[in-house]
Amino acid sequence: MQRRRLSTRIGVIVGLCLGAVFAGFPVVWMLSTSLKPNSEVFQVPPRLITESFSFDAYWKILTDPTQLRFFLNSYIVALWVTALTLLVGILAGYSFSRYEFRLKRFINVVIVSVQAVPPITLIIPYFGLVVALGLYNTYGGLIITHMVFTLPYAIIMTTAYFNTLPRELDESVKVDGGSGWTALWRILVPISVPGLIAVGIYTFMISWNEYLFALTLTRTDDMRTVPIGIQLLMGQHSYEWNQMMAMSILGSIPVLILFLLFQRRFIGGLTAGAVKS
Amino acid sequence: MKPAHIDRTVLPEAATLEAETSTAPAQDRRRPFALRSLVPYGYISPTMLLIFVLLVIPIAMVVSYSFQDNVIVEKNPVFAGLANYTEVLTDPVFWTAVKNTFIFITLSTIAHLVLGLAFAMMLNTGLLGGLTKAIFRIVYILPWLFTIAVVAVIWRLMLDPFGVVNYILTTLGILQTEVNWLADPSTALWALTFINIWSGYPFFMISLLAGLQGISADLYEAAAVDGANPIQQFFNITIPQLKPVLISMAVLDLIWTSQQFALIWLTTGGGPLNVTEMLSTYTYKQAFSSYEFATASASAVIILLITMILAFFYVRQLRER
Repeated sequence: MQRRRLSTRIGVIVGLCLGAVFAGFPVVWMLSTSLKPNSEVFQVPPRLITESFSFDAYWKILTDPTQLRFFLNSYIVALWVTALTLLVGILAGYSFSRYEFRLKRFINVVIVSVQAVPPITLIIPYFGLVVALGLYNTYGGLIITHMVFTLPYAIIMTTAYFNTLPRELDESVKVDGGSGWTALWRILVPISVPGLIAVGIYTFMISWNEYLFALTLTRTDDMRTVPIGIQLLMGQHSYEWNQMMAMSILGSIPVLILFLLFQRRFIGGLTAGAVKS
Repeated sequence: MKPAHIDRTVLPEAATLEAETSTAPAQDRRRPFALRSLVPYGYISPTMLLIFVLLVIPIAMVVSYSFQDNVIVEKNPVFAGLANYTEVLTDPVFWTAVKNTFIFITLSTIAHLVLGLAFAMMLNTGLLGGLTKAIFRIVYILPWLFTIAVVAVIWRLMLDPFGVVNYILTTLGILQTEVNWLADPSTALWALTFINIWSGYPFFMISLLAGLQGISADLYEAAAVDGANPIQQFFNITIPQLKPVLISMAVLDLIWTSQQFALIWLTTGGGPLNVTEMLSTYTYKQAFSSYEFATASASAVIILLITMILAFFYVRQLRER
Protein backbone atom coordinates (compact mmCIF):
# COMPACT_ATOMS: atom_id res chain seq x y z
CA MET A 1 0.00 0.00 0.00
CA GLN A 2 2.77 2.38 0.96
CA ARG A 3 4.68 1.65 -2.24
CA ARG A 4 1.64 2.15 -4.40
CA ARG A 5 0.95 5.48 -2.81
CA LEU A 6 4.51 6.52 -3.56
CA SER A 7 4.30 5.41 -7.20
CA THR A 8 0.96 7.23 -7.63
CA ARG A 9 2.59 10.27 -6.18
CA ILE A 10 5.53 10.11 -8.57
CA GLY A 11 3.15 9.46 -11.47
CA VAL A 12 1.06 12.50 -10.64
CA ILE A 13 4.10 14.74 -10.28
CA VAL A 14 5.58 13.54 -13.58
CA GLY A 15 2.17 14.08 -15.19
CA LEU A 16 1.91 17.57 -13.75
CA CYS A 17 5.35 18.50 -15.07
CA LEU A 18 4.67 17.09 -18.54
CA GLY A 19 1.41 19.01 -18.58
CA ALA A 20 3.18 22.19 -17.56
CA VAL A 21 5.66 21.78 -20.42
CA PHE A 22 2.81 21.17 -22.86
CA ALA A 23 0.93 24.25 -21.64
CA GLY A 24 3.83 26.55 -20.88
CA PHE A 25 6.63 25.82 -23.33
CA PRO A 26 5.03 27.60 -26.33
CA VAL A 27 4.56 30.67 -24.13
CA VAL A 28 8.16 30.55 -22.92
CA TRP A 29 9.30 30.17 -26.52
CA MET A 30 7.26 33.19 -27.57
CA LEU A 31 8.90 35.23 -24.81
CA SER A 32 12.34 33.95 -25.75
CA THR A 33 11.85 34.74 -29.45
CA SER A 34 10.71 38.27 -28.67
CA LEU A 35 14.07 38.90 -27.00
CA LYS A 36 16.23 37.63 -29.88
CA PRO A 37 17.36 39.39 -33.02
CA ASN A 38 15.43 38.10 -36.01
CA SER A 39 18.53 36.41 -37.48
CA GLU A 40 18.76 34.08 -34.46
CA VAL A 41 15.10 32.98 -34.36
CA PHE A 42 15.76 29.74 -36.23
CA GLN A 43 19.36 29.14 -35.17
CA VAL A 44 20.55 25.56 -34.69
CA PRO A 45 20.64 24.41 -31.97
CA PRO A 46 17.78 26.57 -30.64
CA ARG A 47 18.56 28.46 -27.42
CA LEU A 48 16.28 30.11 -24.93
CA ILE A 49 18.55 33.09 -24.30
CA THR A 50 21.23 34.29 -26.68
CA GLU A 51 24.15 36.70 -26.17
CA SER A 52 22.41 39.34 -28.25
CA PHE A 53 19.45 39.37 -25.83
CA SER A 54 17.67 42.71 -26.16
CA PHE A 55 14.35 44.52 -25.97
CA ASP A 56 14.76 45.93 -29.49
CA ALA A 57 11.63 44.24 -30.84
CA TYR A 58 9.50 45.77 -28.07
CA TRP A 59 11.08 49.14 -28.64
CA LYS A 60 10.28 48.97 -32.36
CA ILE A 61 6.63 48.15 -31.66
CA LEU A 62 6.26 50.79 -28.94
CA THR A 63 7.73 53.56 -31.06
CA ASP A 64 5.67 52.77 -34.13
CA PRO A 65 2.56 55.00 -34.22
CA THR A 66 0.67 52.48 -36.39
CA GLN A 67 1.12 49.73 -33.80
CA LEU A 68 0.27 52.03 -30.91
CA ARG A 69 -2.92 52.99 -32.69
CA PHE A 70 -3.99 49.32 -32.70
CA PHE A 71 -3.66 49.28 -28.91
CA LEU A 72 -5.55 52.52 -28.52
CA ASN A 73 -8.34 51.20 -30.73
CA SER A 74 -8.57 47.95 -28.79
CA TYR A 75 -8.78 49.83 -25.47
CA ILE A 76 -11.44 52.22 -26.74
CA VAL A 77 -13.61 49.46 -28.17
CA ALA A 78 -13.19 47.05 -25.25
CA LEU A 79 -13.84 49.70 -22.58
CA TRP A 80 -16.98 50.95 -24.31
CA VAL A 81 -18.23 47.41 -24.79
CA THR A 82 -17.58 46.66 -21.10
CA ALA A 83 -19.39 49.76 -19.86
CA LEU A 84 -22.42 49.30 -22.09
CA THR A 85 -22.62 45.55 -21.47
CA LEU A 86 -22.52 46.05 -17.70
CA LEU A 87 -25.23 48.70 -17.83
CA VAL A 88 -27.61 46.70 -20.01
CA GLY A 89 -26.70 43.45 -18.23
CA ILE A 90 -27.41 44.85 -14.76
CA LEU A 91 -30.85 46.07 -15.82
CA ALA A 92 -31.74 42.75 -17.42
CA GLY A 93 -30.27 40.72 -14.56
CA TYR A 94 -32.35 42.70 -12.08
CA SER A 95 -35.49 42.07 -14.08
CA PHE A 96 -34.82 38.32 -14.29
CA SER A 97 -33.83 38.02 -10.67
CA ARG A 98 -36.56 40.09 -8.99
CA TYR A 99 -39.64 40.01 -11.19
CA GLU A 100 -42.01 37.40 -12.57
CA PHE A 101 -43.45 38.14 -15.98
CA ARG A 102 -45.10 36.27 -18.79
CA LEU A 103 -42.29 36.31 -21.34
CA LYS A 104 -39.53 35.65 -18.79
CA ARG A 105 -38.92 32.02 -19.72
CA PHE A 106 -39.09 32.75 -23.43
CA ILE A 107 -36.68 35.68 -23.27
CA ASN A 108 -34.35 33.65 -21.07
CA VAL A 109 -34.20 30.86 -23.65
CA VAL A 110 -33.53 33.42 -26.40
CA ILE A 111 -30.64 34.91 -24.41
CA VAL A 112 -29.09 31.52 -23.71
CA SER A 113 -29.42 30.56 -27.39
CA VAL A 114 -27.81 33.79 -28.61
CA GLN A 115 -24.51 32.41 -27.31
CA ALA A 116 -24.79 29.63 -29.85
CA VAL A 117 -25.50 31.73 -32.94
CA PRO A 118 -22.45 31.40 -35.21
CA PRO A 119 -20.61 34.71 -35.77
CA ILE A 120 -20.04 33.70 -39.38
CA THR A 121 -23.83 33.67 -39.90
CA LEU A 122 -24.16 37.14 -38.42
CA ILE A 123 -21.21 38.77 -40.14
CA ILE A 124 -22.86 38.72 -43.57
CA PRO A 125 -25.95 40.75 -42.56
CA TYR A 126 -23.83 42.85 -40.15
CA PHE A 127 -21.63 43.83 -43.04
CA GLY A 128 -24.71 44.93 -45.00
CA LEU A 129 -26.23 46.73 -41.99
CA VAL A 130 -23.05 48.44 -40.85
CA VAL A 131 -22.32 49.72 -44.35
CA ALA A 132 -25.93 50.90 -44.76
CA LEU A 133 -25.87 52.71 -41.39
CA GLY A 134 -22.58 54.44 -42.16
CA LEU A 135 -20.86 52.56 -39.31
CA TYR A 136 -18.37 50.75 -41.54
CA ASN A 137 -14.79 51.34 -40.36
CA THR A 138 -15.90 53.10 -37.14
CA TYR A 139 -15.65 52.29 -33.43
CA GLY A 140 -19.43 52.33 -33.19
CA GLY A 141 -19.83 49.45 -35.61
CA LEU A 142 -17.43 47.28 -33.60
CA ILE A 143 -18.78 48.26 -30.20
CA ILE A 144 -22.39 47.45 -30.97
CA THR A 145 -21.64 44.18 -32.77
CA HIS A 146 -19.31 42.96 -30.00
CA MET A 147 -22.20 43.29 -27.57
CA VAL A 148 -24.01 40.42 -29.22
CA PHE A 149 -21.35 38.10 -27.72
CA THR A 150 -20.83 39.81 -24.41
CA LEU A 151 -24.40 40.55 -23.37
CA PRO A 152 -25.85 37.03 -23.01
CA TYR A 153 -23.07 35.96 -20.71
CA ALA A 154 -23.25 39.17 -18.71
CA ILE A 155 -27.00 38.74 -18.21
CA ILE A 156 -26.69 35.11 -17.15
CA MET A 157 -23.92 35.92 -14.68
CA THR A 158 -25.58 39.03 -13.28
CA THR A 159 -28.87 37.21 -12.80
CA ALA A 160 -27.09 34.37 -11.01
CA TYR A 161 -25.32 36.86 -8.77
CA PHE A 162 -28.43 38.84 -7.90
CA ASN A 163 -30.21 35.56 -7.15
CA THR A 164 -27.71 34.91 -4.38
CA LEU A 165 -28.64 38.19 -2.66
CA PRO A 166 -31.65 37.99 -0.30
CA ARG A 167 -34.81 39.72 -1.47
CA GLU A 168 -35.17 41.32 1.96
CA LEU A 169 -32.44 43.75 0.92
CA ASP A 170 -34.52 45.43 -1.75
CA GLU A 171 -37.71 44.97 0.23
CA SER A 172 -36.21 47.08 3.00
CA VAL A 173 -35.65 49.91 0.52
CA LYS A 174 -39.24 49.64 -0.65
CA VAL A 175 -40.54 49.70 2.92
CA ASP A 176 -38.65 52.94 3.39
CA GLY A 177 -40.50 54.29 0.39
CA GLY A 178 -37.82 53.73 -2.28
CA SER A 179 -38.57 52.23 -5.69
CA GLY A 180 -37.13 49.13 -7.33
CA TRP A 181 -34.84 51.43 -9.30
CA THR A 182 -33.41 52.88 -6.08
CA ALA A 183 -33.00 49.42 -4.57
CA LEU A 184 -31.07 48.26 -7.61
CA TRP A 185 -28.57 51.11 -7.79
CA ARG A 186 -28.24 51.95 -4.09
CA ILE A 187 -28.22 48.44 -2.60
CA LEU A 188 -27.84 45.59 -5.10
CA VAL A 189 -25.21 47.04 -7.44
CA PRO A 190 -22.84 48.17 -4.64
CA ILE A 191 -23.02 44.74 -2.96
CA SER A 192 -22.52 42.99 -6.30
CA VAL A 193 -19.25 44.72 -7.20
CA PRO A 194 -17.22 41.47 -6.90
CA GLY A 195 -19.55 39.67 -9.29
CA LEU A 196 -19.75 42.64 -11.64
CA ILE A 197 -15.95 42.81 -11.80
CA ALA A 198 -15.91 39.22 -13.06
CA VAL A 199 -18.55 40.09 -15.65
CA GLY A 200 -16.59 43.17 -16.67
CA ILE A 201 -13.32 41.29 -17.09
CA TYR A 202 -14.91 38.56 -19.12
CA THR A 203 -16.60 41.15 -21.33
CA PHE A 204 -13.34 43.06 -21.78
CA MET A 205 -11.54 39.84 -22.73
CA ILE A 206 -14.12 38.85 -25.32
CA SER A 207 -14.02 42.27 -26.95
CA TRP A 208 -10.23 42.59 -26.77
CA ASN A 209 -9.80 39.17 -28.40
CA GLU A 210 -12.53 39.41 -31.04
CA TYR A 211 -11.21 38.81 -34.56
CA LEU A 212 -13.83 38.12 -37.22
CA PHE A 213 -15.91 41.29 -36.81
CA ALA A 214 -12.83 43.48 -36.39
CA LEU A 215 -11.41 41.99 -39.58
CA THR A 216 -14.57 42.46 -41.60
CA LEU A 217 -16.05 45.70 -40.27
CA THR A 218 -12.91 47.85 -40.34
CA ARG A 219 -10.70 48.70 -43.28
CA THR A 220 -8.00 51.22 -42.45
CA ASP A 221 -5.03 50.92 -40.07
CA ASP A 222 -6.35 53.72 -37.87
CA MET A 223 -9.41 51.57 -36.97
CA ARG A 224 -7.83 48.12 -36.69
CA THR A 225 -7.57 46.38 -33.32
CA VAL A 226 -4.68 44.39 -31.83
CA PRO A 227 -5.59 40.91 -33.16
CA ILE A 228 -5.72 42.31 -36.69
CA GLY A 229 -2.55 44.28 -36.01
CA ILE A 230 -0.74 41.04 -35.16
CA GLN A 231 -1.98 39.54 -38.41
CA LEU A 232 -0.90 42.60 -40.41
CA LEU A 233 2.58 42.29 -38.94
CA MET A 234 2.84 38.84 -40.50
CA GLY A 235 2.39 40.23 -43.98
CA GLN A 236 4.02 43.65 -43.66
CA HIS A 237 7.46 42.85 -42.36
CA SER A 238 7.95 39.55 -44.14
CA TYR A 239 8.27 37.55 -40.94
CA GLU A 240 9.95 39.73 -38.36
CA TRP A 241 9.33 36.95 -35.87
CA ASN A 242 10.77 38.79 -32.90
CA GLN A 243 8.48 41.77 -33.49
CA MET A 244 5.47 39.52 -34.02
CA MET A 245 6.17 37.86 -30.67
CA ALA A 246 6.77 41.20 -28.93
CA MET A 247 3.49 42.54 -30.31
CA SER A 248 1.72 39.32 -29.23
CA ILE A 249 3.04 39.65 -25.69
CA LEU A 250 2.19 43.34 -25.49
CA GLY A 251 -1.28 42.56 -26.82
CA SER A 252 -1.80 39.83 -24.22
CA ILE A 253 -0.66 41.85 -21.22
CA PRO A 254 -4.00 43.55 -20.42
CA VAL A 255 -5.82 40.23 -20.32
CA LEU A 256 -3.03 38.50 -18.36
CA ILE A 257 -2.95 41.26 -15.74
CA LEU A 258 -6.73 41.34 -15.35
CA PHE A 259 -6.76 37.60 -15.00
CA LEU A 260 -3.96 37.41 -12.44
CA LEU A 261 -5.44 40.20 -10.33
CA PHE A 262 -8.93 38.83 -10.24
CA GLN A 263 -8.24 35.14 -10.75
CA ARG A 264 -10.29 33.74 -7.92
CA ARG A 265 -13.25 35.98 -8.49
CA PHE A 266 -13.08 35.43 -12.19
CA ILE A 267 -12.97 31.63 -12.02
CA GLY A 268 -15.75 31.66 -9.43
CA GLY A 269 -17.95 33.81 -11.63
CA LEU A 270 -17.13 31.84 -14.73
CA THR A 271 -18.05 28.48 -13.27
CA ALA A 272 -21.16 29.92 -11.65
CA GLY A 273 -22.26 31.35 -14.97
CA ALA A 274 -21.30 28.59 -17.34
CA VAL A 275 -21.93 25.53 -15.28
CA LYS A 276 -24.55 26.24 -12.71
CA SER A 277 -26.75 28.75 -14.53
CA MET B 1 -45.57 35.86 -27.36
CA LYS B 2 -46.08 38.58 -29.96
CA PRO B 3 -43.04 40.80 -30.46
CA ALA B 4 -45.35 43.75 -31.10
CA HIS B 5 -46.49 43.55 -27.50
CA ILE B 6 -42.95 43.99 -26.23
CA ASP B 7 -42.31 46.89 -28.53
CA ARG B 8 -45.21 48.89 -27.18
CA THR B 9 -43.89 48.59 -23.67
CA VAL B 10 -40.41 49.78 -24.52
CA LEU B 11 -40.87 53.51 -24.91
CA PRO B 12 -43.31 54.52 -22.18
CA GLU B 13 -41.60 52.30 -19.64
CA ALA B 14 -38.12 53.60 -20.35
CA ALA B 15 -39.48 57.08 -19.75
CA THR B 16 -41.08 56.05 -16.44
CA LEU B 17 -37.80 54.55 -15.30
CA GLU B 18 -36.01 57.82 -15.74
CA ALA B 19 -38.76 59.69 -13.96
CA GLU B 20 -38.61 57.31 -11.03
CA THR B 21 -35.13 58.34 -9.99
CA SER B 22 -36.10 61.94 -9.46
CA THR B 23 -39.73 61.87 -8.34
CA ALA B 24 -41.34 61.12 -5.01
CA PRO B 25 -40.86 57.69 -3.44
CA ALA B 26 -43.53 55.01 -3.01
CA GLN B 27 -44.75 55.69 -6.49
CA ASP B 28 -44.24 52.03 -7.24
CA ARG B 29 -47.15 50.95 -5.10
CA ARG B 30 -49.49 53.73 -6.06
CA ARG B 31 -49.18 52.89 -9.71
CA PRO B 32 -52.09 50.98 -11.26
CA PHE B 33 -51.60 47.25 -11.52
CA ALA B 34 -51.37 47.22 -15.34
CA LEU B 35 -48.47 49.66 -15.32
CA ARG B 36 -46.65 47.85 -12.53
CA SER B 37 -46.68 44.61 -14.51
CA LEU B 38 -44.76 46.42 -17.23
CA VAL B 39 -41.85 47.30 -14.92
CA PRO B 40 -39.81 44.12 -15.62
CA TYR B 41 -40.19 44.71 -19.37
CA GLY B 42 -38.80 48.19 -18.82
CA TYR B 43 -35.63 46.79 -17.28
CA ILE B 44 -35.08 44.33 -20.10
CA SER B 45 -36.11 46.71 -22.87
CA PRO B 46 -32.49 47.68 -23.75
CA THR B 47 -31.67 43.98 -24.00
CA MET B 48 -34.72 43.33 -26.14
CA LEU B 49 -33.85 46.23 -28.40
CA LEU B 50 -30.29 44.98 -28.86
CA ILE B 51 -31.43 41.42 -29.49
CA PHE B 52 -33.90 42.71 -32.04
CA VAL B 53 -31.30 44.82 -33.85
CA LEU B 54 -28.35 42.46 -33.52
CA LEU B 55 -30.08 39.13 -33.87
CA VAL B 56 -33.66 39.10 -35.15
CA ILE B 57 -33.15 41.55 -38.02
CA PRO B 58 -29.76 40.11 -39.11
CA ILE B 59 -31.05 36.54 -39.10
CA ALA B 60 -34.09 37.61 -41.11
CA MET B 61 -31.72 39.38 -43.50
CA VAL B 62 -29.38 36.45 -43.97
CA VAL B 63 -32.30 34.08 -44.55
CA SER B 64 -33.76 36.42 -47.14
CA TYR B 65 -30.35 36.89 -48.83
CA SER B 66 -30.08 33.13 -49.11
CA PHE B 67 -33.16 33.03 -51.36
CA GLN B 68 -32.03 35.89 -53.59
CA ASP B 69 -29.33 36.73 -56.05
CA ASN B 70 -27.29 39.93 -56.50
CA VAL B 71 -27.39 40.87 -52.80
CA ILE B 72 -25.26 43.48 -51.01
CA VAL B 73 -22.77 44.21 -53.80
CA GLU B 74 -25.41 44.79 -56.46
CA LYS B 75 -28.47 46.95 -56.19
CA ASN B 76 -31.08 44.78 -57.90
CA PRO B 77 -31.63 41.61 -55.89
CA VAL B 78 -33.83 39.02 -57.55
CA PHE B 79 -35.62 36.06 -56.05
CA ALA B 80 -33.63 32.90 -56.71
CA GLY B 81 -35.59 30.24 -54.86
CA LEU B 82 -33.43 27.39 -53.67
CA ALA B 83 -30.73 27.99 -56.28
CA ASN B 84 -28.17 29.14 -53.70
CA TYR B 85 -28.80 26.13 -51.53
CA THR B 86 -28.45 23.82 -54.53
CA GLU B 87 -25.22 25.54 -55.43
CA VAL B 88 -23.80 25.13 -51.93
CA LEU B 89 -24.98 21.55 -51.45
CA THR B 90 -23.57 20.41 -54.81
CA ASP B 91 -20.22 22.08 -54.23
CA PRO B 92 -17.65 19.37 -53.41
CA VAL B 93 -15.63 21.91 -51.40
CA PHE B 94 -18.64 22.42 -49.11
CA TRP B 95 -18.71 18.69 -48.35
CA THR B 96 -14.96 18.69 -47.77
CA ALA B 97 -15.57 21.52 -45.31
CA VAL B 98 -18.31 19.51 -43.58
CA LYS B 99 -16.00 16.52 -43.24
CA ASN B 100 -13.08 18.62 -41.96
CA THR B 101 -15.26 20.50 -39.51
CA PHE B 102 -16.60 17.21 -38.19
CA ILE B 103 -13.11 15.75 -37.66
CA PHE B 104 -11.86 19.02 -36.17
CA ILE B 105 -14.67 19.51 -33.65
CA THR B 106 -14.94 15.86 -32.61
CA LEU B 107 -11.24 15.40 -31.95
CA SER B 108 -10.95 18.81 -30.28
CA THR B 109 -13.87 18.22 -27.94
CA ILE B 110 -12.76 14.73 -26.92
CA ALA B 111 -9.19 15.92 -26.30
CA HIS B 112 -10.37 19.02 -24.40
CA LEU B 113 -12.47 16.82 -22.19
CA VAL B 114 -9.76 14.23 -21.52
CA LEU B 115 -6.98 16.77 -20.95
CA GLY B 116 -9.23 19.08 -18.95
CA LEU B 117 -10.30 16.23 -16.68
CA ALA B 118 -6.77 14.81 -16.35
CA PHE B 119 -5.26 18.18 -15.40
CA ALA B 120 -8.13 19.03 -13.08
CA MET B 121 -7.73 15.69 -11.28
CA MET B 122 -3.97 16.06 -10.97
CA LEU B 123 -4.42 19.55 -9.52
CA ASN B 124 -7.07 18.23 -7.16
CA THR B 125 -5.08 15.30 -5.71
CA GLY B 126 -3.98 17.19 -2.61
CA LEU B 127 -0.35 16.25 -3.22
CA LEU B 128 0.55 19.85 -3.95
CA GLY B 129 0.87 22.65 -1.45
CA GLY B 130 -1.19 25.79 -1.86
CA LEU B 131 1.42 27.84 -3.67
CA THR B 132 2.70 25.08 -5.98
CA LYS B 133 -0.88 24.27 -6.87
CA ALA B 134 -1.63 27.91 -7.66
CA ILE B 135 1.43 28.16 -9.91
CA PHE B 136 0.59 24.98 -11.78
CA ARG B 137 -2.98 26.16 -12.19
CA ILE B 138 -1.87 29.44 -13.75
CA VAL B 139 0.53 27.63 -16.10
CA TYR B 140 -2.25 25.28 -17.18
CA ILE B 141 -4.66 28.15 -17.80
CA LEU B 142 -2.09 30.13 -19.81
CA PRO B 143 -3.00 28.87 -23.31
CA TRP B 144 -6.56 30.01 -22.80
CA LEU B 145 -5.55 33.57 -21.93
CA PHE B 146 -4.00 34.30 -25.32
CA THR B 147 -6.15 35.61 -28.09
CA ILE B 148 -6.45 33.35 -31.13
CA ALA B 149 -4.30 35.66 -33.26
CA VAL B 150 -1.48 35.18 -30.75
CA VAL B 151 -2.06 31.41 -30.57
CA ALA B 152 -1.81 31.29 -34.36
CA VAL B 153 1.44 33.28 -34.41
CA ILE B 154 3.02 31.18 -31.62
CA TRP B 155 2.30 27.92 -33.39
CA ARG B 156 3.37 29.19 -36.79
CA LEU B 157 6.71 29.91 -35.16
CA MET B 158 6.88 26.56 -33.33
CA LEU B 159 5.73 24.47 -36.30
CA ASP B 160 7.85 26.21 -38.91
CA PRO B 161 10.00 23.75 -40.94
CA PHE B 162 13.04 25.27 -39.17
CA GLY B 163 11.16 25.71 -35.91
CA VAL B 164 11.74 24.26 -32.50
CA VAL B 165 9.21 21.39 -32.79
CA ASN B 166 10.92 20.00 -35.87
CA TYR B 167 14.30 20.45 -34.22
CA ILE B 168 13.24 18.46 -31.14
CA LEU B 169 11.55 15.71 -33.14
CA THR B 170 14.46 15.23 -35.57
CA THR B 171 17.06 15.39 -32.81
CA LEU B 172 15.21 12.73 -30.83
CA GLY B 173 15.06 10.63 -34.00
CA ILE B 174 11.24 10.58 -34.07
CA LEU B 175 11.30 12.29 -37.47
CA GLN B 176 13.83 11.69 -40.25
CA THR B 177 13.35 15.07 -41.93
CA GLU B 178 11.61 18.31 -41.04
CA VAL B 179 7.89 18.47 -41.70
CA ASN B 180 6.12 21.66 -42.77
CA TRP B 181 3.21 20.82 -40.47
CA LEU B 182 0.78 23.55 -41.54
CA ALA B 183 1.59 23.48 -45.26
CA ASP B 184 1.76 19.75 -45.87
CA PRO B 185 -1.66 18.40 -46.96
CA SER B 186 -1.13 15.18 -45.01
CA THR B 187 -0.49 16.93 -41.67
CA ALA B 188 -2.22 20.31 -41.82
CA LEU B 189 -5.58 19.24 -40.40
CA TRP B 190 -3.94 17.33 -37.52
CA ALA B 191 -1.61 20.21 -36.74
CA LEU B 192 -4.53 22.63 -36.72
CA THR B 193 -6.55 20.34 -34.45
CA PHE B 194 -3.57 20.04 -32.12
CA ILE B 195 -3.29 23.83 -31.86
CA ASN B 196 -6.97 24.09 -31.11
CA ILE B 197 -6.65 21.41 -28.41
CA TRP B 198 -3.82 23.38 -26.84
CA SER B 199 -5.74 26.62 -26.77
CA GLY B 200 -9.10 25.25 -25.60
CA TYR B 201 -8.64 22.64 -22.85
CA PRO B 202 -8.22 25.12 -19.94
CA PHE B 203 -11.87 26.12 -20.06
CA PHE B 204 -12.82 22.49 -19.38
CA MET B 205 -10.17 22.23 -16.72
CA ILE B 206 -11.43 25.26 -14.80
CA SER B 207 -15.03 24.09 -14.82
CA LEU B 208 -14.16 20.49 -13.98
CA LEU B 209 -11.90 21.62 -11.15
CA ALA B 210 -14.87 23.44 -9.63
CA GLY B 211 -16.96 20.32 -10.22
CA LEU B 212 -14.40 18.06 -8.54
CA GLN B 213 -14.19 20.30 -5.51
CA GLY B 214 -17.96 20.07 -5.24
CA ILE B 215 -17.93 16.28 -4.83
CA SER B 216 -18.27 15.35 -1.18
CA ALA B 217 -15.23 13.62 0.31
CA ASP B 218 -17.64 11.33 2.21
CA LEU B 219 -18.45 9.55 -1.04
CA TYR B 220 -14.81 8.60 -1.56
CA GLU B 221 -14.35 7.63 2.08
CA ALA B 222 -17.39 5.39 1.97
CA ALA B 223 -16.12 3.80 -1.25
CA ALA B 224 -12.66 3.27 0.24
CA VAL B 225 -14.22 1.58 3.27
CA ASP B 226 -16.07 -0.71 0.87
CA GLY B 227 -12.71 -1.59 -0.71
CA ALA B 228 -13.11 0.28 -4.00
CA ASN B 229 -9.77 1.00 -5.70
CA PRO B 230 -9.01 4.41 -7.25
CA ILE B 231 -10.06 3.25 -10.73
CA GLN B 232 -13.42 2.01 -9.43
CA GLN B 233 -13.83 5.25 -7.50
CA PHE B 234 -13.14 7.20 -10.68
CA PHE B 235 -15.79 5.38 -12.72
CA ASN B 236 -18.37 5.02 -9.96
CA ILE B 237 -18.09 8.37 -8.20
CA THR B 238 -16.12 10.97 -10.15
CA ILE B 239 -17.62 10.39 -13.59
CA PRO B 240 -21.27 10.09 -12.48
CA GLN B 241 -20.92 13.17 -10.25
CA LEU B 242 -19.39 15.22 -13.06
CA LYS B 243 -21.69 13.89 -15.76
CA PRO B 244 -24.00 16.93 -16.02
CA VAL B 245 -21.03 19.32 -16.21
CA LEU B 246 -19.22 17.07 -18.69
CA ILE B 247 -22.19 16.83 -21.02
CA SER B 248 -23.02 20.52 -21.09
CA MET B 249 -19.35 21.48 -21.47
CA ALA B 250 -19.00 19.05 -24.36
CA VAL B 251 -22.04 20.41 -26.19
CA LEU B 252 -20.90 23.98 -25.59
CA ASP B 253 -17.44 23.08 -26.89
CA LEU B 254 -18.85 21.41 -30.02
CA ILE B 255 -20.75 24.62 -30.74
CA TRP B 256 -17.79 26.90 -30.10
CA THR B 257 -15.27 24.79 -31.99
CA SER B 258 -17.56 24.54 -35.00
CA GLN B 259 -17.53 28.34 -35.07
CA GLN B 260 -13.74 28.60 -34.99
CA PHE B 261 -12.66 30.90 -37.77
CA ALA B 262 -9.71 33.02 -36.66
CA LEU B 263 -7.38 30.11 -35.89
CA ILE B 264 -7.89 28.50 -39.29
CA TRP B 265 -7.77 31.79 -41.15
CA LEU B 266 -4.51 32.82 -39.50
CA THR B 267 -2.67 29.50 -39.80
CA THR B 268 -3.69 27.70 -42.99
CA GLY B 269 -6.47 29.83 -44.47
CA GLY B 270 -8.29 26.59 -45.30
CA GLY B 271 -5.43 25.24 -47.37
CA PRO B 272 -3.40 23.50 -48.55
CA LEU B 273 -5.68 21.98 -51.21
CA ASN B 274 -8.73 22.57 -48.98
CA VAL B 275 -7.57 20.01 -46.41
CA THR B 276 -8.34 22.42 -43.57
CA GLU B 277 -11.33 24.11 -45.18
CA MET B 278 -14.07 24.38 -42.54
CA LEU B 279 -17.65 25.58 -42.77
CA SER B 280 -16.64 28.94 -41.32
CA THR B 281 -13.76 29.58 -43.74
CA TYR B 282 -15.79 28.28 -46.67
CA THR B 283 -18.59 30.73 -45.89
CA TYR B 284 -16.20 33.60 -45.28
CA LYS B 285 -14.44 33.05 -48.59
CA GLN B 286 -17.75 32.89 -50.47
CA ALA B 287 -18.73 36.23 -48.97
CA PHE B 288 -15.57 38.27 -48.61
CA SER B 289 -13.19 36.75 -51.15
CA SER B 290 -15.56 35.86 -54.00
CA TYR B 291 -18.27 38.40 -53.05
CA GLU B 292 -20.89 35.70 -53.57
CA PHE B 293 -22.98 36.96 -50.67
CA ALA B 294 -26.05 34.97 -51.72
CA THR B 295 -24.34 31.57 -51.70
CA ALA B 296 -22.46 32.59 -48.56
CA SER B 297 -25.82 33.35 -46.93
CA ALA B 298 -27.19 29.94 -47.90
CA SER B 299 -24.13 28.33 -46.35
CA ALA B 300 -24.46 30.56 -43.27
CA VAL B 301 -28.09 29.51 -42.83
CA ILE B 302 -27.10 25.84 -43.04
CA ILE B 303 -24.48 26.41 -40.32
CA LEU B 304 -27.07 28.22 -38.23
CA LEU B 305 -29.48 25.27 -38.50
CA ILE B 306 -26.80 22.76 -37.48
CA THR B 307 -25.83 24.94 -34.52
CA MET B 308 -29.43 25.42 -33.44
CA ILE B 309 -29.86 21.67 -33.22
CA LEU B 310 -26.80 21.46 -30.96
CA ALA B 311 -27.99 24.45 -28.93
CA PHE B 312 -31.35 22.79 -28.42
CA PHE B 313 -29.60 19.90 -26.69
CA TYR B 314 -27.53 22.31 -24.62
CA VAL B 315 -30.56 24.22 -23.36
CA ARG B 316 -32.38 20.98 -22.61
CA GLN B 317 -29.37 19.75 -20.68
CA LEU B 318 -29.28 22.97 -18.63
CA ARG B 319 -32.97 22.66 -17.90
CA GLU B 320 -32.69 19.13 -16.61
CA ARG B 321 -30.30 20.21 -13.89
